[in-house]
Amino acid sequence: MDAESLTFILSIAIRSSAAILFAAIGEVFTERSGVLNLGVEGMMLMGALSGFVAAHASHSLALGLLAAMAAGGALALVHGFFTITLRANQVVCGLALTILGIGLSSFLGRPIIGTVGMRFTPWPIPLLQDIPVLGPALFQQVPPIYAGYLLVPAAWLFLFHTRPGLNLRSVGENPQAADAAGIPVNLIRYGWTAFGGVMAGLGGAYLSLAYTPGWKENMSAGQGWIAIAMVIFALWNPWRAALGALLFGAVNALQFTFEVRQITLIPSYILRMLPYLFTVAILVIITRSKGIRRRAAAPAALGLPFEREGF
Amino acid sequence: MRLTLERRLVPSQRAVWAGQTVAVLLAFAMGAAVLRLTGADPLAAYAVMAEGALGSLYNLSEVVVKAIPLMLCGLAVAVAARIQIWNIGGEGQLVLGGIGAAGVALFLSPHLPSAIVLPLMLAAGFLAGGLWALIPGFLRARLEVNEILTTLMLNYVAIFWLEHLYFGPWRDPMGMGFPGTAMFPDVAWLQRLPGTRIHLGLCFALLAALLLHWILSRTRWGYEIRVIGENPRAARYAGMRIDRHILWVMLVSGGLAGVAGMAEVSGIHYRLQQGLAVGYGYTGIIVGWLGRLHPGGILVVSLFIAGLLVGGDQLQAVMHLPSSVGLVLEGTLLFFVLGSDFLSRYRLRWRKEDPWTPRA
Amino acid sequence: MATTLTSMQGITKRFPGTLANDGIDLEIAPGVVHALLGENGAGKSTLMNILSGRYRPDAGEILIGGTPVRFHSPRDALRAGIGMVHQHFLLVANQTVAENVALGHKTPRTILCWSRIEDEVRRLSEAYRLPLDPRARIDELSLGQQQRVEILKLLYRQADILILDEPTAVLTPGEIDELFATLRRIAREGRSVIFITHKLEEVMEIADRITILRRGRRVADLTPADVENRRELARLMVGREVVLRVDRTPVAPGETVLELRSCSGQGDRGQRAFQRVSFAVRRGEIFAIVGVAGNGQRDLVAAITGSQRLSGGQLLVFGKPHGAGGPPPMDRIAYIPEDRAGTGSLPGLDLTDNLLLTTYPSFCRRGVFRREAARRWAEAQLDQFHVVAPSLTASARQLSGGNLQKLILARELSKGPDLIIAEQPTHGLDIGATMDVWDELLRQRARAGILLISGDLREALSLSDRIAVIFRGQLMGVFSTDDEDAIAEIGPMMAGVVQAS
Repeated sequence: MDAESLTFILSIAIRSSAAILFAAIGEVFTERSGVLNLGVEGMMLMGALSGFVAAHASHSLALGLLAAMAAGGALALVHGFFTITLRANQVVCGLALTILGIGLSSFLGRPIIGTVGMRFTPWPIPLLQDIPVLGPALFQQVPPIYAGYLLVPAAWLFLFHTRPGLNLRSVGENPQAADAAGIPVNLIRYGWTAFGGVMAGLGGAYLSLAYTPGWKENMSAGQGWIAIAMVIFALWNPWRAALGALLFGAVNALQFTFEVRQITLIPSYILRMLPYLFTVAILVIITRSKGIRRRAAAPAALGLPFEREGF
Repeated sequence: MRLTLERRLVPSQRAVWAGQTVAVLLAFAMGAAVLRLTGADPLAAYAVMAEGALGSLYNLSEVVVKAIPLMLCGLAVAVAARIQIWNIGGEGQLVLGGIGAAGVALFLSPHLPSAIVLPLMLAAGFLAGGLWALIPGFLRARLEVNEILTTLMLNYVAIFWLEHLYFGPWRDPMGMGFPGTAMFPDVAWLQRLPGTRIHLGLCFALLAALLLHWILSRTRWGYEIRVIGENPRAARYAGMRIDRHILWVMLVSGGLAGVAGMAEVSGIHYRLQQGLAVGYGYTGIIVGWLGRLHPGGILVVSLFIAGLLVGGDQLQAVMHLPSSVGLVLEGTLLFFVLGSDFLSRYRLRWRKEDPWTPRA
Repeated sequence: MATTLTSMQGITKRFPGTLANDGIDLEIAPGVVHALLGENGAGKSTLMNILSGRYRPDAGEILIGGTPVRFHSPRDALRAGIGMVHQHFLLVANQTVAENVALGHKTPRTILCWSRIEDEVRRLSEAYRLPLDPRARIDELSLGQQQRVEILKLLYRQADILILDEPTAVLTPGEIDELFATLRRIAREGRSVIFITHKLEEVMEIADRITILRRGRRVADLTPADVENRRELARLMVGREVVLRVDRTPVAPGETVLELRSCSGQGDRGQRAFQRVSFAVRRGEIFAIVGVAGNGQRDLVAAITGSQRLSGGQLLVFGKPHGAGGPPPMDRIAYIPEDRAGTGSLPGLDLTDNLLLTTYPSFCRRGVFRREAARRWAEAQLDQFHVVAPSLTASARQLSGGNLQKLILARELSKGPDLIIAEQPTHGLDIGATMDVWDELLRQRARAGILLISGDLREALSLSDRIAVIFRGQLMGVFSTDDEDAIAEIGPMMAGVVQAS
């Protein structure tokens, strides 16, 4: 394979991974606080729709992004209310949100299917784009992707080198200990659940404003779910989440390349299955690997509502 | 003065009923708000939906038709949930069931005596769905891999495989560009109630509900399932093999969804085509949950939800509003029931001062 | 450093079913190691939970330097300089020492420079001689080291009063010495250390002041000089037990149903739980093992019922060796677990289902339940054991503690067992339910051998024919309950004062 193909594949991989990356980072934060949010797919779709509509109506991409994040965040707050305050079952709640998000977006979005709206155009970064092989792949992308580049290290720094990050991590691991240390457990859970929704919405907006501009029913095609799986693969670490998203993008890119070049080595339907089978495989590996399990397991309090004992 | 939450010892039945009624009303109110958003008149819309679902005998029969796969998928979710397993893979298991049945119908039926074609298709549908569910079941039972994601991922794999089959190797050579397999021979058609599209699948669903109820309450296996779901530690203390039970449950669960697939394929479509994976598996989760995991409740709820879906279709046809309003109503209904559920588990109390008593 | 006196006055605290603290007064002087002594259930932890802000008293006051204070949370108490190290540490297992110490502290506010924090932690740990690596993960540390982290947390926040709840329970003898050195160092600085314990020798070694609680009341407040010997302390702590008049008709003991020969076993954290335990239980007798909770009883029972392995010795059940893991013949053994709601029952299922838990195979024929027969049998059982329930279809969750226990008894005893293992069977039950359980056990005595594990001396003395005291995983003595001289020594034995005879 020559350098040009490599650049091409890398470029597509990055492009296909962004939505998952945003949603996954958001879910990492949500789950780190101890809340399981399975509504990511619904939030992504609502974000995609809201972003597209808002951008189209206001002729402002920025406003579109904001609207998308607000939509995702609002849905996430609903999830938070039901799971944190009302202590409802987190799995059912998340599923309900997904179904609601799918239905609502499909319903409200019907009239605008096929509309041509605003879209992000690539912003090549001078100098950086001239780096051989990597340059064109990394630095000739749309702005949200650059935001993604910054998001990952920022997330990591925040998580491990700031006090709010320490508080977040403790809440998800041992809420009793955090509570005894005076940390407002439920408030933190609300906040990071909302953040997760905001990120999912952002991912959705990326889809409708950059990746496949426009609105199509169910346009995320399960990427919300894959993002959730990626969080497990990432062992709740932002860098590994980025890696996971990129791997997914790479599989996507490979499938695309095979189709374009009409390589029939692997039938296209199997190629399309690969990301999902890949997800199952890594789930098995992660769950079985004792070393990994010990070093970086799920937040111990994930999925469990917090009730203050005693008093 | 402070508003506090107290856990109830016994979930209050009255609260449950009251809560569910309020939930339904609130859901419809929410739906009305959404309809308003698109400029439609909610009352008119609901009237159209009601007409579509209940307006005529034929419409009612259509509700039953849509309820059949919902019943089976709801039962599938319920039986797994009894042992604390979340089977989100109903969609994929349904598809596999359809594939299995179609395989028999298209390739084996010419060589077989006509009497055993349908029973064989039923068996194939059950087994195909069951085996598809057994994969994540095995991963969960033996390797402790979380089943929510594995069942879900396999849904996508199943759908891709389905598309591949009816676009590719199983495509009808005389289909004139229309994607789908050839039509099944007559022997592979499930009988219908004349004048309607209600097919024999209804019997499968009702039988499955009765059987499941009987098994859970009156057999040793059913008892063990319920104990494991209630308290795995106590179950282990009593000497029950948990992993083995998980495997069997997944087989049955997937099998039920597979039967739903078989019923759709040989009762409605008579071929393998687009329109098989339309979300019955996912809706089944809602049905199972709203039906409180009880076969009787599931039957009732599936009729209700099917009514919403049929009404939604009518809405699309008459008022040109997207039929997905049904999905919206489903989602909000689930939420409000979740919320009302909370009231049955907890009591709201005004207290004079902070409640400084620990949980007993 | 505080130079003020902290006092608790008239503290009363009620929990459903018990009066945990009944008008207790306590004065804590600075620079003092103050021991709070008492049996399990005496109210020590409750009192300290009130002082540390976790519980709120129903009556009474806390005064610091003469000024009344009210705590709404442990954070308030910490701000006032009072902190507690609980028996179950509140540490985040997969985080480092530094992260745990820094958690919840006010500074630094946003950016955490770990190297600086680690240096501070290192400095503090060296100053108090609590050797710790700030970068070590909590789950890689021994329990003794984890405890040091908890103490360090309090010192980091400059607590004036440090409360430790049964701190030596998880320590090796060497670590105990180190801990005591640290506590003395802390007290020398003018801080106060409150030390909750039931171990007398520790009290004599480390305490400057001793307050003894019994059944929620303060019974003594003294210094080590006031105490002649530990025996006296034990009597104050345990009191003179009144043996209830219980009808125990003499039964000639039959064959041995359970025998332990020099058995040793480990706990779930790998520590030594019990060593070289030997005893035998015969049909027709009740053999009680009495001791303060946490002295190895739970692991001993787990080894006998097969959920844990023995690390040494021989276990014979009905004459046949066991102990290689895996349950002994449970159809002849009734096990009444301590943990009623946990292992013992199915809270959400109805009473019939609960009764069937260990007996259902006999109601099944070829996979199908004989539902009617089961129901009738269940009704009979509930009747026979006087289980009061709203209805047969009620769920087990709805039963009171006493009735749930009777249900479990009904279930287990319906097997017609030859060996009954009863673990704290009347724990948390009112007097009526307690008598019912006692009656049933005595009735069973005729045809079975009963091993009774209890922390209630009165219960053990009333029911059993022979009694053994367990302390730190060893049996301190086995004797007949007719031996009055030996009985008098039980209290001190439970506190570890007297050795086995």
